[in-house]
Amino acid sequence: MDLGHGTLVWFSKSFGLFYLIALSIITAAYAYWPSNKKVFDHAAKSVLRNEDEPWR
Amino acid sequence: MIGQLTKAERQYALLILLGIGLCGLILGIASKDDPLGIHGALIGIAALAGVFKVISIYYDPEPDDERLTRYYDDPTKFGIILAMIWAVFGLFIGDWVAWLLVKPDFTFDAGWASFGRLRPVHTTSVLFGFGGNALIATSYYVLQRTSRARLPDQLSPWFVLLGYNLFCVLAVTGYMMGITQSKEYAEPEWYADIWLLVVWVVYFAIYLRTLARRKEPHIYVANWYYMAFILVIAILHIVNNLAVPVSFGSAKSYSLFSGVQDAMTEWWYGHNAVAFFLTAGFLGMMYYFVPVRAGRPIYSYRMSIISFWGITFFYMWAGSHHLHYTALPQWVQTLGMTFSLMLLIPSWASAANALLTLNGAWDKVRDDATLRFMMVAAVFYGITTFEGSFLAIRSVNSLSHYTDWTVGHVHAGALGWVAMITFGSIYTIVPWLWKRDRMYSPRLVEVHFWLALAGAVVYVFAMWNSGIIQGLMWRTYNESGTLAYSFVDSLIAMRPYYIARAIGGLLFLIGGIVGAYNIWMTIKTESKVLPESGADAPEPVLGGEAVLQPGE
Repeated sequence: MDLGHGTLVWFSKSFGLFYLIALSIITAAYAYWPSNKKVFDHAAKSVLRNEDEPWR
Repeated sequence: MIGQLTKAERQYALLILLGIGLCGLILGIASKDDPLGIHGALIGIAALAGVFKVISIYYDPEPDDERLTRYYDDPTKFGIILAMIWAVFGLFIGDWVAWLLVKPDFTFDAGWASFGRLRPVHTTSVLFGFGGNALIATSYYVLQRTSRARLPDQLSPWFVLLGYNLFCVLAVTGYMMGITQSKEYAEPEWYADIWLLVVWVVYFAIYLRTLARRKEPHIYVANWYYMAFILVIAILHIVNNLAVPVSFGSAKSYSLFSGVQDAMTEWWYGHNAVAFFLTAGFLGMMYYFVPVRAGRPIYSYRMSIISFWGITFFYMWAGSHHLHYTALPQWVQTLGMTFSLMLLIPSWASAANALLTLNGAWDKVRDDATLRFMMVAAVFYGITTFEGSFLAIRSVNSLSHYTDWTVGHVHAGALGWVAMITFGSIYTIVPWLWKRDRMYSPRLVEVHFWLALAGAVVYVFAMWNSGIIQGLMWRTYNESGTLAYSFVDSLIAMRPYYIARAIGGLLFLIGGIVGAYNIWMTIKTESKVLPESGADAPEPVLGGEAVLQPGE
């Protein structure tokens, strides 16, 4: 199999580009998915709760 | 400290220590005249000291199950103390080498005291000794609170903390003996690298095992950052340190890579060490301690997620900006430059998230030096990441590379961001861990803050001036087309800035000593209400509204 410089450059410039775009879309969708809002709001406040013992 | 170990854990501890001692013995015997023998002896002595410590508590009564209703904070406490010891030591060595650049005779006539050996002692002590211990200690604390689960056992956290410090000691003593594989920030040789790998895998396992026991279905974002730090450092460490030792009795090894591949692997490692050790880990700290200290939830949780994935995926490709104008293919250099520029977005999102969290609590920032440490850290984080993106541009890099500008950039990040967020977090956590109302002296926290800020600013400005002058002098041509200045000319021009830098470093070191003293006195002194203002009083309970009085 030819894994020369040319092949690697082609792979980086094609797959690398679309992989990054796909990741950006997935991340943004996850962050802005409406039903996730409640989870995130809860998480953000969770560190401020007045409870200093483990549940197990 | 280790009194909470159960009978079985004490037995396992003895077994592990005997195993480590045996490894030390084998290294010592195999090494013959190699300096590796001294490290074999050091490992043996460390294991023996551990055996004595465990035997001394071996017949103590076992802890009762009541302990399981509380978080396990003993390793965190010890880790904070170790971090402060490394901070003072590492800053001292750093300032020493800074003075050495002002006056080259300012050292002993011995190999271990030469600049080339002391400089990695400084970087390892502050980055891995101070930063690493602070990360391990705070990560145990944050992991338990955000998961609402106690650490899964009591032995492995100690194994990680003490094993990690053994690695740091091997590294630092090795440099002084001339043991190094000459890779910046990855200097320790093969046997120390293998040991760190074992420790690191156990560290990651602690994280996964605790998260598996968590109560909250969602994993709080600080843990994402801490986990990225642990996981990626493991990957970087393994790949960059692939090497073949000359023999099992020799400290020397040869890298699997050579030429430009070696350079690329090293800077892929090197810049990601900045990204995942000095950025992701400390962002984990920031996302927990800034909201908790300010008593306000993080400004935008969504933004913290987007910046997390941005930082994680962009940083991986940025390392090649260290190799502009080298034998590295041009497109790889351009790739590194482009990703470095894109990094500005998630980096500024993180800095803005911290500052916007404080928006509405500026009165607390004014009165509370601990919170101010964290605010200044976020500002420096914003400045340094902007500067980093800028320096990665190839044409800017042609001026800045190999000059003190790089040194200034690193210290803006290390002093301004990493150390400031760590001191802020430590001042928050110490009174809680030792069940005190507040730090021993809020006024000394204030003193430390101003010394640290003044030291960092003096340092960074000195290096900006020095670096740009250096860069300009090295590229100035005269009418006949030859260089206008010799290298020595540029050295003479640096001198005033080197003096300023050493003074800035001294201020930062004094601040660190004041901080260590204050923490030590907080631990030693029982809680009492001091007559001075309670500007540093932490919330008595986690998340309660802070009652702050105006500062002096």
